[in-house]
Amino acid sequence: MTTDAHRREQRAAAGLVACALVVVAVGVATARPRAGEAQLARVIPDGEVVAQVPARGRDPAAAERARLRRALDTNPRDLATASRLARMLIAAARGGGDPRFLGRAEAALRPWWDEQSPPAEALLLRATIRQSRHEFEPALADLDRLVAAAPGDAQAWLTRAVVLGVRGRYSDGLASCARLDTLASPLVVAACRAPLLGVTGHARGAAAALAAELRFARGPGEAAWAEAALADLELWSGDAAVAEARLRRLLARAPEDGAARAALADLVLDDGRATEAAALVAARDGDDGLLLRHALARVAQGADPATDPTVQAMAARFEAARLRGDSVHQREEARFALAVARDPARALRLAEQSWRIQKEPADARVLLEAAVAARAPGAAAPVLAWLAETGCEWPRLRALAASLRGPR
Amino acid sequence: MKGRSRALLVTSALVVGVGLVVGLARTAHAHKPSDSLLVLSPGAVGSGRWDIAIRDLDDVLVLDADGDGGVTWGELRARQADVTAYALGRLHLRTPAGACALATSGPPAVTQHSDGAYVSLPLALGCAGAALDIDYRLLFDTDQQHRGLVRVDDGRGGAEPILLTARDHQRTVSWSAGVAPRSSVAAFVSEGVRHIWGGLDHVLFLLALLLPAVLRRDDGAWAPVPALRPALSDIVRTVTAFTVAHSLTLSLAALHVVAMPARLTESAIAASVVLAAVNNIWPVFGRHRWVVAFALGLLHGFGFASVLADIGLPRGRLVSSLLGFNLGVELGQLAIVAACLPVAYLARRTVAYRRLTVPGVSAALAIVAIIWLVERALDVSLITGRLS
Repeated sequence: MTTDAHRREQRAAAGLVACALVVVAVGVATARPRAGEAQLARVIPDGEVVAQVPARGRDPAAAERARLRRALDTNPRDLATASRLARMLIAAARGGGDPRFLGRAEAALRPWWDEQSPPAEALLLRATIRQSRHEFEPALADLDRLVAAAPGDAQAWLTRAVVLGVRGRYSDGLASCARLDTLASPLVVAACRAPLLGVTGHARGAAAALAAELRFARGPGEAAWAEAALADLELWSGDAAVAEARLRRLLARAPEDGAARAALADLVLDDGRATEAAALVAARDGDDGLLLRHALARVAQGADPATDPTVQAMAARFEAARLRGDSVHQREEARFALAVARDPARALRLAEQSWRIQKEPADARVLLEAAVAARAPGAAAPVLAWLAETGCEWPRLRALAASLRGPR
Repeated sequence: MKGRSRALLVTSALVVGVGLVVGLARTAHAHKPSDSLLVLSPGAVGSGRWDIAIRDLDDVLVLDADGDGGVTWGELRARQADVTAYALGRLHLRTPAGACALATSGPPAVTQHSDGAYVSLPLALGCAGAALDIDYRLLFDTDQQHRGLVRVDDGRGGAEPILLTARDHQRTVSWSAGVAPRSSVAAFVSEGVRHIWGGLDHVLFLLALLLPAVLRRDDGAWAPVPALRPALSDIVRTVTAFTVAHSLTLSLAALHVVAMPARLTESAIAASVVLAAVNNIWPVFGRHRWVVAFALGLLHGFGFASVLADIGLPRGRLVSSLLGFNLGVELGQLAIVAACLPVAYLARRTVAYRRLTVPGVSAALAIVAIIWLVERALDVSLITGRLS
């Protein structure tokens, strides 16, 4: 081999090494973190907020919950601390619609949760958490035990009346309200009776009785509760406009009342004002109840369910709930299946499942609507029987029933 | 006075009670309580990913240091070690071989789920075996309605997750059946062997380097080496150079000292096979093939590193795992050499080997590698999509 050839080979080899090093250098210089590893790169600025959490520094309730939790950590069997924390957590779950707080409340009551007869305080809170998870029969068992042990406990009678109403046991519920006569104000008694009388064909009389007591409300919480019940009665009596005006006044005073906002959005949606309904609930998608109304409004406005982000967000939450085995939202999911997914058969199945558990007018409505859409009038029979038995006056239910009974 | 205080008690109870009752009667929201999502993938060592809501972690670890209601990226990063320790302390995995040495395989990331932001922990499970016992205890002490959704990624996909609850938090799942239990370093060794055998581009590159090792250039043509010794020394030099080079870049990349874009790495590796193959037909580097092996080995090291990143390198056992993986690569490589060299040595005197096998196989290698190069550089799929 000649020296020239040897030199040429050496140069080629050196050139290759240089090339490889250049490739490596270029690669290293242009490297980005692998997908999904935002952490290495300073892609997210340190100051950027990645998650919203309860503000312990600003919200006194959040700070108090954190303090009680620390206290409970050192002494988990301290019933006073545990029940105080559980009470605050239940209030937080209701206020912000975040059900995480309910699981935390249950954890606070863990030492008493499995007891047959826990102390009255723990029993009431356990019943409250159970009914919020739609475990109505265990909740009722707790409440029965509670009122037997402490017949002077107004809260127990009141909660019991509401659960009995949801289960469709209206006369038992009214009897429970009657026990409040000597224990609570006439306003509380009237508000206790309101949903029971409203469903059973006495909405107008119940509304008059409740309206007469409104001005005696003790505090804004009690007033808001009574007004929301009154709006329901007005709706069922056929005075949708009056109910709407009442809910608007209520929301003007308490914009964070998610339940009142959902009720108002339903009224506006039923009146065909989808854009107005969307505006009412937009930017409140954290609350699943309001997210549902938002999705319904978007579809009513003509959005394509397959691409609309609000609809997709709602579908994702239903799927997440399904994965964890939750079924507390069957009524909502039935509405979604009916109006958004346009799957009447599925809507009917969900509505039937829901009807077995709770019997409120809204449950009756979605079942009847699903039966109409699925062309399965036979499936409506239980609700039609319920309607005949109770005499519920809500015009929307009456119209649906008439269309199902009418000649086909 | 007694009657009056009784009335006051009732009133205060009712005010709270109103809150409780209103929530019951008027809302039946579709709720999103607390879930975590844990994906477990079997393999020689096993990997995984665990997504936990930042809201939940904040509740137990107080991530929002300034209490303003927003967890910032900075606040989260500052507590990264606490988050990892909290989570890993509440997940216990074992196989029949013993407890898994669970570790994170990288820093946590932030990911979005239907109800907000989650921390996503990449996991190295550090165990193998036919069955995996899962004991999941995250958050149950503070949230009785928390759920662990565990998806075992068996490669078939689409499996419904296992639902773990406060009362039912243990489960045994079948897990990479047939894989004998091993210590984790041994598992990384086998992962390395598997990779060099499974990664066709590395095998072809080696093949291109090996083909002419039993020949020498004589007057512009291939001639057989007279004895085994020069062939062996050539091989040893070449393989050693390749090994040293790729070990270097593999280590640097696995330790996050340097990083290289996957597309560039893959394209460069394809180009390296082209180069090595063409060099067998028109030799440019002469006896300096070990230099070729070294230069291109640097690129292959990045390729190995990306595999290792997919498997997940357990933190705290970085060095031993890395050594194990590298050792596996070398063993796999030596096995290929041991299989090819004797055949090539015996065939070296035949005209067919010199005139047909070496140029023919090299040309075929070059063509395959050129297709890879185009596919990888342009990010298109030609005909080899199923091969690589």
